[in-house]
Amino acid sequence: MVNQENIAVKAKQLTRKFGDFIATKELTLEVKKGEIFGFLGANGAGKTTAMRMLCGLLKPSSGEATVAGFDVYKEAEKIKKNIGYMSQKFSLYEDLKVTENISLFGGIYGLNRKEIKLKTQNIIEDLNLHSVANKLVRAIPLGWKQKLAFAVAQVHDPKIIFLDEPTGGVDPLTRRQFWNEIYASADRGLTIFVTTHYMDEAEYCHRVSIMVDGEVKALGTPRELKNQYQVNSMDDVFTELARGTSTK
Amino acid sequence: MSAIAVNGISKNFGEIQAVKPMSFSVKEGELFGLIGPDGAGKTTLIKILVTVLKPDSGFATIDHHDVVKDYHYIRNIIGYMPGKFALYQDLSIEENMKFFADVFGTKLEDNLELMGDIYKQIEPFKKRRAGQLSGGMKQKLALCCALIHRPKILILDEPTTGVDAVSRKEFWNMLQHIRTQGISILVSTPYMDEAAKCDRIALMQDGSIIALDTPQAIRDSFTYPIFGIRGANNYHLIEKMKSFPHLRSIYPSGEFAHLVMNQEITLQEIEDFAAKSGEKLIESKLIKADIEDCFIEMMQHG
Amino acid sequence: MLKGLIIKEFRHILRDPKTLLILFGMPLLQLLLFGFALSTEIKNAPIAILDHAKDAQSYALQSKIFSSGYFRQQEKLKNEKQIAQSFEGGKVKLVLVIPPKFAEQLANGNHVEIQVIVDASDINTGITLQNYAQSIIQNFQQQIHPTSKPFMQIVPKVRMMFNPELKSVYAFVPGVSALVLILISAMLTSVTIAREKELGTMEVISISPLRTQHIILGKVLPYLLLSMINAAFIILVGIWVLGMPMNGNVLILLLECLLYVLVALAFGVLISVKANTQQEAMFISLLSMMLPTIILSGFIFPVESMPWGLQQISKIIPASYFIEAIKSIMIKGGGFDLIWKPTLVLAFMATLLIILSIKQLKTRTN
Repeated sequence: MVNQENIAVKAKQLTRKFGDFIATKELTLEVKKGEIFGFLGANGAGKTTAMRMLCGLLKPSSGEATVAGFDVYKEAEKIKKNIGYMSQKFSLYEDLKVTENISLFGGIYGLNRKEIKLKTQNIIEDLNLHSVANKLVRAIPLGWKQKLAFAVAQVHDPKIIFLDEPTGGVDPLTRRQFWNEIYASADRGLTIFVTTHYMDEAEYCHRVSIMVDGEVKALGTPRELKNQYQVNSMDDVFTELARGTSTK
Repeated sequence: MSAIAVNGISKNFGEIQAVKPMSFSVKEGELFGLIGPDGAGKTTLIKILVTVLKPDSGFATIDHHDVVKDYHYIRNIIGYMPGKFALYQDLSIEENMKFFADVFGTKLEDNLELMGDIYKQIEPFKKRRAGQLSGGMKQKLALCCALIHRPKILILDEPTTGVDAVSRKEFWNMLQHIRTQGISILVSTPYMDEAAKCDRIALMQDGSIIALDTPQAIRDSFTYPIFGIRGANNYHLIEKMKSFPHLRSIYPSGEFAHLVMNQEITLQEIEDFAAKSGEKLIESKLIKADIEDCFIEMMQHG
Repeated sequence: MLKGLIIKEFRHILRDPKTLLILFGMPLLQLLLFGFALSTEIKNAPIAILDHAKDAQSYALQSKIFSSGYFRQQEKLKNEKQIAQSFEGGKVKLVLVIPPKFAEQLANGNHVEIQVIVDASDINTGITLQNYAQSIIQNFQQQIHPTSKPFMQIVPKVRMMFNPELKSVYAFVPGVSALVLILISAMLTSVTIAREKELGTMEVISISPLRTQHIILGKVLPYLLLSMINAAFIILVGIWVLGMPMNGNVLILLLECLLYVLVALAFGVLISVKANTQQEAMFISLLSMMLPTIILSGFIFPVESMPWGLQQISKIIPASYFIEAIKSIMIKGGGFDLIWKPTLVLAFMATLLIILSIKQLKTRTN
């Protein structure tokens, strides 16, 4: 048995219905502390519903789940304080300066002035953003924006960070630099929950689940899944699953 | 013979050089890919070619007609699918197709054979409104609408963005099929793994073409030794390997890290260095650079 | 090709409950709001009576009036001078003047005039009260002469205080038409074009063989038809329900509506050139069309009393000319001899805006 202390996200038969439609059906999974977990599925497979439940934004219809040790039914507010979120659009205000974005999100998460000042210094230092600290986010290169957004999502030192299709549309170099950041954060003990429908992002994750029509149809490391389906890429794993037929 | 010929085309928006002067051509019957990240200038270039945007300099022809002067001719012979699936969400599949047929002065029935399998896949839902279709179905419908007047040249801007992996594969198969019907295709995509599906590709970055050839030739042009290595902890492995002598670059790539060297090296030397650094190597192998590796090399050292 | 565009546009309209609501719900709502909001039943309105007769019949008439429940006596006046004073500050809403020797004249079968003076600054109340008073007087007359002759023996003579030509009551139906037509035409066209921009369909249509004028006509014609239906609807409600007179030629009236709608539609297309999102289109059309039409066209506030600057702005607002023309036609029964000026201005505006919008809506940009 895994020590409960080391479980960041735990869901057991978590289900959400909208009328007769079952958006998420009996989701069961455990994500370990410091793990990079890929939550995969096509658009409309139920990823968003599941993620909203885990973030404490949507009450489940049945089943149970804890996030950072807090119950999704009763402790939604505590969950929100302990998670960070970053989407493909980088969740930054383009018309605010780099430092203003950091203070804004610091303030939103209840940091005091001193803490915000310290955080701002640290982020600027760590990401080497000195030259653009006082520029509008709009004016800085995409790769920097992405790193900044990732840092801002962690401004309140969350235990888990949810990344929604974080590297869609960026160039391969920026993308790898970003994954390097993600690895570094995971190495420090942050749990990373990546939802995406880009299967090549899945290759970077420690473990993945693939959702089809509201149900998790596969769960394991990318290597395990590729071996199981005897294919070369996560893309092919997904194709096999979604089609429900074997082409090999 | 060129279906599309671009000669020194450029376009600025204020201070931003969206497309720097560039030239290339697409041969008749070719499936040509513009491949690059967001902001590379793909969409701007395509808008110039489909005659909605005038270039600042240079000239371009489509089917030997000038995109600025003969835009009316061009509009009759191209099929165009813009980035977002441009469909009327409140019209059914059938109504959308009839509308676009009508706009192009043709009849739906006349070109069904060209759409063939594509239309067959969406036909069962023809009464359903476009807004209620899945991404993959919308994509197919948009393609049918772009093909409705049997264009000579098909131009598609990021047709696979936001579409699931299965639909993406099907879509590329459809493009291959359409090409066999004698239609030249220019398609843009941010996904490097789609490069292999094209006859020739132009890799784009910051408004410029950084490489132009067949996908195979581009991969072959990567002359540095490149290895795929995998450790118990890739993050630690990468950090340690950064001090490896003669290292050109190292970065994560899926479950592997790609190690590019400035000179020939044996697997044994890599294993030894890793072991010396205290990192356990699970797997290491000489690999062939993929398109992303080429792209990264050109961005870093090009 | 155009047919397909138009069919498509009608499908959009019919399938969007919001558009339908704006299209047909709004005119009705506006009419009801402006038409009835102030003219609900009024009870115990304060009035004053100037009784020159002070005889049995005059008292009988007064008691009938006060027993109706609609009026209560606020003041008794002694002379004509006091009439104006009693209206001041809205103390009374209506004054009744009974002539001398009222009973005697009635007994002799002579015509008598009873003056009904109404405060017409609050026009809806004024008219309602006037109608109440007249029907009570008629009722009274029938009581004293049950076998009444076809002509009236007591003739109520109505005088309006403060607003003798009843300007606002007759401005309100044309005003609402001006408002509703401009909103529907300008807002809906600009919003639908912006929606196609958002969807990306505008780009696809732009690079089709369709010419700009096709695209514009395909947008404008359906809304032209719907706006004309709306115009007819508003005018009919105005005439039948709200008692607006119709003394002029229906065809001329419809022609004015057509010109005005064209101006509005072309303006809508122009807005959509600038607006890239539906919200932007909505915002620009509300700001640039609805507010000036309400405030500066003379619909609610008389242009004559505006400062010079605002009067000049009022002159470039299409609604000003439309309202002027409609009032002339409906009230004065005017033909082109009376309305050639506003007609010409509207025609000029329509032509200019249509040319501008075709020029501006480019299918290609620099």
